[in-house]
Amino acid sequence: MADEVILLDFWPSPFGVRARIALREKGVEFEYREENLRDKSPLLLQMNPVYKKIPVLIHNGKPVCESMNVVQYIDEVWSDKNPILPSDPYQRAQARFWVDFVDTKLFEPADKIWQTKGEEQETAKKEYIEALKTLESELGDKPYFGGDTFGFVDIAMTGYYSWFEASEKLANFSIEPECPTLMASAKRCLQRESVVKSLHDSEKILAFAYKIRKIYCV
Amino acid sequence: MARSDVKLIGAWASPFVMRPRIALNLKSVPYEFLQETFGSKSELLLKSNPVHKKIPVLLHGDKPVCESNIIVEYIDDTWSSSGPSMLPSDPYDRAMARFWAAYIDEKWFVALKSFLKAGGEEEKKAVIAQLEEGNAFLEKAFIDCSKGKPFFNGDNIGYLDIALGCFLAWLRVTELAVSHKILDEAKTPSLSKWAENFCNDPAVKPVMPETAKLAEFAKKIFPKPQA
Repeated sequence: MADEVILLDFWPSPFGVRARIALREKGVEFEYREENLRDKSPLLLQMNPVYKKIPVLIHNGKPVCESMNVVQYIDEVWSDKNPILPSDPYQRAQARFWVDFVDTKLFEPADKIWQTKGEEQETAKKEYIEALKTLESELGDKPYFGGDTFGFVDIAMTGYYSWFEASEKLANFSIEPECPTLMASAKRCLQRESVVKSLHDSEKILAFAYKIRKIYCV
Repeated sequence: MARSDVKLIGAWASPFVMRPRIALNLKSVPYEFLQETFGSKSELLLKSNPVHKKIPVLLHGDKPVCESNIIVEYIDDTWSSSGPSMLPSDPYDRAMARFWAAYIDEKWFVALKSFLKAGGEEEKKAVIAQLEEGNAFLEKAFIDCSKGKPFFNGDNIGYLDIALGCFLAWLRVTELAVSHKILDEAKTPSLSKWAENFCNDPAVKPVMPETAKLAEFAKKIFPKPQA
């Protein structure tokens, strides 16, 4: 029986893009459904009653929520190709730790960068760069967080990489001088086929970000 | 495995520290428990967890593993041949276990913690509403995950049981402090039964703090809220 895979998503979302990348890394055919977050579909509300957020992966009628949970699920179901998590227990623990760091330490400052201005935005920029520097230190001289191969932490970060340019322009700062090796890894990730197919171009994301800022009256 | 090969940096009162302790007990892994003094952080802790500087930290040989739920999965992965598996084998059930464990930390426990600090009646009412919603979600999750068995993980306690069960002592302390039944058998009968079974599990009993001792400790660290 063929798998039915549906992804409820929102095109600029740095979280939705993670699920898209994972599905494409595994060569999984899926139906992409665009959600209007200002008018959420009954299906979204039914499939994610707890958070009412995207992405939601619906696999043969059963929902999986929370982006990195979705990525892990995809890795475990379609385990025959392009492993996303390492097989060694210690390496797996390290990958999970850094994904937790990414989602705990980057999330709020990243949001505040495009939602605020003035001093609040300056503080957010500092926190964001500090977190990125910690990540750069963990990356070291590896091409990817996963080592030689694109993996779990790289997928988590690519969501944020896709918003780097928009964040830099909105808040008038530059990430590369602060984190050159992280930027080099980001560029490598952004060129990957599964990523290119999953992302909209940065001009579109920037235009979206400006639109949202108007809504936040910034 | 030599006893000194596995160490856990933690503290008796921390529900997060309880998680790996239960997991190590389930896998019959002997370990050295290195207790931190409340209010200060040891050199070893700061060296082993430079990013967050928090307990628990598992030291396996000289390799540190941080973040309680991540440590539990590491223990399950590493000592996979001892004791029952702490996560289900089906990927969908595993995704459910991870989803609810994250929900518990991000929403449910945050609400529980804020109850002890809540000041006026309005604040208390809001927290009660959050917890009731959370408990309703967890009651349904328990029914879905347990599939008629006594625990979220089935016949034996596992990752999700540990993720929620570690808070039961603090839940009892909070109920006493605020004079309000948070886990109510009338509203969440399955969850209440599960809580009783969890606390009686031999892997849990030795590491679950006594309510009276924890209540004394809570008075020290949570100053009385301004009404």
